[in-house]
Amino acid sequence: MALYSEKVMDHFRNPRNVGIIEDADGVGEVGNAKCGDIMKIYLKIDKDIITDVKFETFGCGSAIASSSMATELIKGKPISDAMKLTNKAVTEALDGLPAHKIHCSVLAEEAIKSALKDYYDKNGIEYDKKDFPDCESCGHCCVTGT
Amino acid sequence: MIYLDNAATTKMSKAAINAMLPYMDEIYGNPSSLHTAGQRAAEALADARERIAKLLGCEAKEITFTSGGSEADNQAIISAARIGERSGKKHIISTAIEHHAVLHTLERLEKEGFEIELLRVGESGIISPSQIADAIRSDTCLVTVMYANNEIGTVQPIAEIGVICREKGVLFHTDAVQAAGHLKIDVKELNIDMLSLSAHKFHGPKGVGVLYARNGIRLVSIIEGGAQERGKRAGTENIPAVMGMVAAFEEASAHIEEKSARMICLRDRLIDGLSEIPHSVLNGDAEKRLPGNVSFCFEGIEGESLLLLLDDKGICASSGSACTSGSLDPSHVLLAIGRVHDIAHGSLRLTLSEENTEEEIDYTIGAVKEVVQYLRSIYPIWRDLGSGKKEFIIK
Ligand SMILES: Cc1ncc(COP(=O)(O)O)c(C=O)c1O
Repeated sequence: MALYSEKVMDHFRNPRNVGIIEDADGVGEVGNAKCGDIMKIYLKIDKDIITDVKFETFGCGSAIASSSMATELIKGKPISDAMKLTNKAVTEALDGLPAHKIHCSVLAEEAIKSALKDYYDKNGIEYDKKDFPDCESCGHCCVTGT
Repeated sequence: MIYLDNAATTKMSKAAINAMLPYMDEIYGNPSSLHTAGQRAAEALADARERIAKLLGCEAKEITFTSGGSEADNQAIISAARIGERSGKKHIISTAIEHHAVLHTLERLEKEGFEIELLRVGESGIISPSQIADAIRSDTCLVTVMYANNEIGTVQPIAEIGVICREKGVLFHTDAVQAAGHLKIDVKELNIDMLSLSAHKFHGPKGVGVLYARNGIRLVSIIEGGAQERGKRAGTENIPAVMGMVAAFEEASAHIEEKSARMICLRDRLIDGLSEIPHSVLNGDAEKRLPGNVSFCFEGIEGESLLLLLDDKGICASSGSACTSGSLDPSHVLLAIGRVHDIAHGSLRLTLSEENTEEEIDYTIGAVKEVVQYLRSIYPIWRDLGSGKKEFIIK
């Protein structure tokens, strides 16, 4: 299908890092089934380095591809790099997404942030709240749904 | 490739293609022209109108050629509204599961001050004639109910509704886009005042359709310009498309019985196979449905992923999930039959043609089972459902 780039289709067909980490150091989940998108990210962190990352995503092709690409982009990287990961970087790495699918890359960015926040919370590490915008506020999800 | 999206559109039949060719080649005149070339085209058009009328059980002058189902729906509804308006009748009855060509036209009239009443359908996706009878008021100017639904395939009790509307003197329009060529339709027998159909749903060309309007119903032009179609539809007639439509409609109508018996067999084989998937449900009534329509919801599945993976396996299908509709909301039809958002996202529509084979159906059953199982394995909610953390909606 020409709806998606070859990169998106590759990551959709062969998603990298699918699964769970039983003893994860941080877990983040964003989205909801009503909207048709849920992303769950598991992080294993050792001395500020993301040594392992896994995801489970319920959603459309671009949601799965965005999760897969986002996990690839932060695997083996320091937390500070992961904090800087933007949805734009995910989209670009996928050679673009259709306009109405950009929210999938936003969801991937948020899922990773949410997992990092969980890691900070669990370990009593201080952080700047501004770095973790409230997921609800972005409004891309079914705010109007019933 | 296994094409199971015949409700979206169909492959043109050889008969339709062959019927079109001469009108793109030798007989290219404009039917409004006085010369021989034009008159040959005009004769063809008149002949086509007669043949369509014969198939629907009406007169040629009751047939207007349009650019397809959407235009026919628009024109039928707007015309009925204008007729009603003149005698102060501004109440229109329809259903919650109509095609957007009907629903959006009704919304437009609502903004103008019409009162639109959309009847609710139960889980079966079928309205009862008594709902219509109860809803009709002295100021009702139109009842518009689709013959068969494009998503869940349910067939409405058109004959009964026709009788009620005729008795009460209310105009009755039906969007028969999904029914024409697949179910036998006689507009006089069924007391239908107006009917829309579209050629590309029965192996004819795209961009051409018919609006039947009973003698005496004054149509309002939607497209202004020349005096084509008795001044009711401006624009040089698309003769090749009309000729293709007639040929396709004749072919489809000639074999309705054998064709549907065969398709029902395949359809039910597919339904039985897919029913084996745990936590799945058939959408729409099991019996009162189009011979070629199979529509399911799978719990814990997102429709677009399902379609992409089926496409990889060579299967062309469709879904009513939000992601495939380009909006955030899943199909209004699935919501109307009581499928909640979570479930409606996991819908799959497979619509057959008479060309599909048993082998294709069996392959498709296997492929859907495989893909559903795979997707559930990578979805977080499936584990929550499996472990009892979340309750299944489809038991
Ligand atoms: C029930 C119904 N009505 C109307 C239409 C619109 O027909 P067309 O594509 O010819 O405008 C369709 C087809 O999509 C349909 O399924």
